[in-house]
Amino acid sequence: MLDSLQALGRATLHFFERLGRGHLFLAQTLTKLPGLLLRPGLVLVQLYSVGVLTLVITLVSGLFVGMVLGLQGYNTLVDFGAEESLGVLVALSLVRELGPVVAALLFAGRAGSALTAEIGLMKATEQLSGMEMMAVDPVQRVIAPRFLAAFLSMPLLAAIFSAIGIYGGYLVGVSVLGVDDGAFWGQMQGTVDLRDDIYNGVIKSIVFGFVAGWIALFEGYDATPTAEGVSRATTRTVVHTALAVLGLDFVLTAVMFGD
Amino acid sequence: MNSRTVEIWVGVFVALGIAALFMLAMQASNLASISRGDGYILTAGFENVGGLKVRSPVTVSGVRVGRVEAINYDYNTFEAVVSLRINDDHDGFPEDTSASIYTSGLLGEQYVALEPGGSLENLTDGDRVQLTQSALVMEQIIGQFLYSVSADKDEE
Repeated sequence: MLDSLQALGRATLHFFERLGRGHLFLAQTLTKLPGLLLRPGLVLVQLYSVGVLTLVITLVSGLFVGMVLGLQGYNTLVDFGAEESLGVLVALSLVRELGPVVAALLFAGRAGSALTAEIGLMKATEQLSGMEMMAVDPVQRVIAPRFLAAFLSMPLLAAIFSAIGIYGGYLVGVSVLGVDDGAFWGQMQGTVDLRDDIYNGVIKSIVFGFVAGWIALFEGYDATPTAEGVSRATTRTVVHTALAVLGLDFVLTAVMFGD
Repeated sequence: MNSRTVEIWVGVFVALGIAALFMLAMQASNLASISRGDGYILTAGFENVGGLKVRSPVTVSGVRVGRVEAINYDYNTFEAVVSLRINDDHDGFPEDTSASIYTSGLLGEQYVALEPGGSLENLTDGDRVQLTQSALVMEQIIGQFLYSVSADKDEE
């Protein structure tokens, strides 16, 4: 009885301790961001490994998600004689929800896990301690540029995902299934609002980029410095990012569209 | 990989991202129709606005000329007051223009249709459209139908 109570207490304390470490880590990273203005080259290299290398999977997934939306939407809408609204359906689902969310999940799988493994391995091989020995701040030199790169890449990736998805829906809907070209774009332009839909989607993707970068880097920085520890941290990154993104998406949607 | 290649790829990535945002803003949203000036406001009182919503279209002969800006209730006249934002390039509706609320398609959304009259004076910003026709409410139509059917039976 006492033992199980103790286990519960330890787990709770452990959870809050980790939560606190995570926030301290975030605060430390954020204070180091202005220093990056002196070394923009560091961010550039990370933009390549975080953003550019995620580009291909984003493009391909976006295209296919858009094509599936076009196909499924057409099959449902045609029953009501409303297949002209296909453009609205594809654009709204992509811009509001699927663009930011799916791009963030892909980002967690492709870039987040790589970031965690990289930082975790740096820690396991004592490269981070080595930097501290040389009076180089590892948060400044290693963590901050990666965080900024993740934060900057995510909105761009989400926008690319949505745009290519709309073209995927257009490809299937207009070129294959024969929805009217003008109605597809016209109804989309008539219904999709710049502020209500597109800005809110961009805000979502910025929040997701922040969270995905934070989780990935913290898991790597906080990993047990062993092979097993790094592998577990990598798994945790993907799982926690996915949960955080989906949970936050609900909260953001409720705030933005819930009136 | 040398730094030139990295820089080029990052440049491609950022350019693609910005192009995608631009495409979403220009091609997929109503930015193009907003940017043609902010338009002017007309108001119209309706006994019943039915399912009309803010941002519903305002049309003339089926051509979209603006959108519904706000829907309020006026306690002095006991009717709903709809503010219509009309694009600047569609000014010059006669004073006796009438406004009706119609439904596009069987299950479609409701919109405000303007019908120009013959007056020589034009409506300007803030003016009120005097002639209005409310939205049709399904229950009322069914009610009238049942009433007329039963009235017919009584006559027989």
